[in-house]
Amino acid sequence: MTISGIGVSPGIAIGKAHVIKKQAVVLTSILLLNDEEITIAIEKFDNAVAVSVTEVETMMSSHNASQGSEGLEILEAHIELLSDPQIREDVMEKIKTERKNVNDAVIEVIQAAVEIFKSMDNDYMSARAADIEDIGNRLVKNLASDIEASHEYGAGTIIIAEDLAPSDTISMDITKIAGFATQIGGKTSHAAIIAKSRGIPAVVGCGVDLKSVQDGDSLILDGQSGCIIINPGKELIENFETKRESWVKELNLLKSLKDTSANTADGTEIHLLANIADSAEMENALEFGAQGSGLFRTEFLFLGRNDFPSEEEQFEFYKAVALKAKGKPVTVRTLDIGGDKQLPYFNFPEEQNPFLGYRAIRLCLDRKDIFITQLKAILRASAFGKLKIMFPMIATMNEIQAAKAVLKEAMQMLKDQGVSFDNDIKIGIMIEIPSAAVIADLLAKEVDFFSIGTNDLTQYTLAVDRMNEKIKDLYDPFDPGVLRLITNVIEQGHKNQIEVGMCGELAGDPRATLLLLGMGLKEFSMSALSIPVIKNKIIKTNLADAQKTHQEVMQMDNSKDITNYLQEKTQ
Amino acid sequence: MISKDYIITSAEGVHARPATALVKLTKNYKSVISIKKGEKIVKLNSLLNILSLAAKGGETIFIIAEGEDETAAMEAIDQFFNEHLKDL
Repeated sequence: MTISGIGVSPGIAIGKAHVIKKQAVVLTSILLLNDEEITIAIEKFDNAVAVSVTEVETMMSSHNASQGSEGLEILEAHIELLSDPQIREDVMEKIKTERKNVNDAVIEVIQAAVEIFKSMDNDYMSARAADIEDIGNRLVKNLASDIEASHEYGAGTIIIAEDLAPSDTISMDITKIAGFATQIGGKTSHAAIIAKSRGIPAVVGCGVDLKSVQDGDSLILDGQSGCIIINPGKELIENFETKRESWVKELNLLKSLKDTSANTADGTEIHLLANIADSAEMENALEFGAQGSGLFRTEFLFLGRNDFPSEEEQFEFYKAVALKAKGKPVTVRTLDIGGDKQLPYFNFPEEQNPFLGYRAIRLCLDRKDIFITQLKAILRASAFGKLKIMFPMIATMNEIQAAKAVLKEAMQMLKDQGVSFDNDIKIGIMIEIPSAAVIADLLAKEVDFFSIGTNDLTQYTLAVDRMNEKIKDLYDPFDPGVLRLITNVIEQGHKNQIEVGMCGELAGDPRATLLLLGMGLKEFSMSALSIPVIKNKIIKTNLADAQKTHQEVMQMDNSKDITNYLQEKTQ
Repeated sequence: MISKDYIITSAEGVHARPATALVKLTKNYKSVISIKKGEKIVKLNSLLNILSLAAKGGETIFIIAEGEDETAAMEAIDQFFNEHLKDL
């Protein structure tokens, strides 16, 4: 059987499926075999309770007064329910005497309690069923993540999941994973970004068909065409084995371009950098010939844990990247959470439009304590390499001025402490909000560089939620509106003699290379895997041709004509 | 062993907030403290159990405390039902 999805990270994976079941609020009916398993089950339960209580406590501590005391009381009740002796006793009973596994035991106990409350002839009490359900889900979730974290993958595992959250990918041993496939998501979903940056073949957006894949199924996954073959015959495997070999060969060939500089055929110097999340990725990126990092996403340090990382911990994390970069520039983006990136220990307010809400720089300017801790850590790390600081989600002049003021404060604090850092550290902003692209002329006066984030810029310009499957076709960075904004940013940057780079998906899209060169872009930051491919394009391009292509494209009025034209030009 | 009966004075009965407070209060004492409504008797250390009694305003409940510090425990319970409950 064949399933098709969107190929987001090229390459071929041949291996065994490992199906990750999210929120396994399903009974597995597995019975425990012996006393040892019973002991482990009890430990798991107590662990899940402890983790759950910590989660709720963190939610409470970040709960602020303006949100009212109602929420706090609910959370307090949740803590009591999580550690409720009656619930524990019932769960133990099911584990010990009925030999139910811990997941099933919790689900059944919670379900029974929910039924009791629902049946009460008292609206208030029957509404409490929701609270019990809530803590039950939390327990089951934490039981499941415990299972995943401790899971050892065999070499050549292909991960099958509904979707992969950043916290899921953190706990995986990436070296054993041959490929990913997810039910939902598009080219810019996290699973896609992670897979690309690690050079792992991946297919996303496979839809419910993917549910037919069972644990242990033999699979072929083609990250280019986006097809997945379940339990293929011998011939097919051999066929793809050959394909895989030629892919690896091509990859090696492209890697041989590693030390070639990325100049155009007529000698214009272009810089190719990598988007990274940690020091291992920085090291990997240099293997692909990256001249540094144009986007170091710091939020990964903040995910998959129970509390904010301390200044010391952050400092070590950034320092490790600075050292691994071996003197090459690394653009550190300050915390970009909110939107689709939530933290378990930070209580984000419920929002109608989280992408338009409390996130990134907005959160940092509101929570100066979090912001200044990060800035101090980055500054301290700047003594160990060539770091730059980049602020995300800047929409107005006020925001960049406020962010710079906090940075100045952080610098003063370090000076007072006599701690050394790079006093001339370059400061820049992400251009990812249309207003910022429009006022690029004004913003250029405040900063040393711009970096165009095409993923959010496209989403905000076209008002298309890039996570919404129904409208994903409307998400198109080649839209003339988006391209006009990009052109303006590059023009204004050059007029004001500041550096302009791009770190969104478009920078690593070979169809866009000619066009972007024509716009005058000199710095491209992308997943490491794309660097050789883009370099291969650049070294064959004459700047004059690129400029002509740009002019042609700007005459066109729809993205379909533009992509067709560029596709033709690229081949 | 000491036991005492109380009439629930708050209109909403023993809902989540007072029940949480009761559970917390109980933790301060070594005595085993139970609550009885009608035929049902449960320990006061479980929020789930207290809530499942669904004690409404105007209903009568019994508290039973047994242990070395039962007197002190009952005093605290007394204070809770007579003074604090109406504010919660």
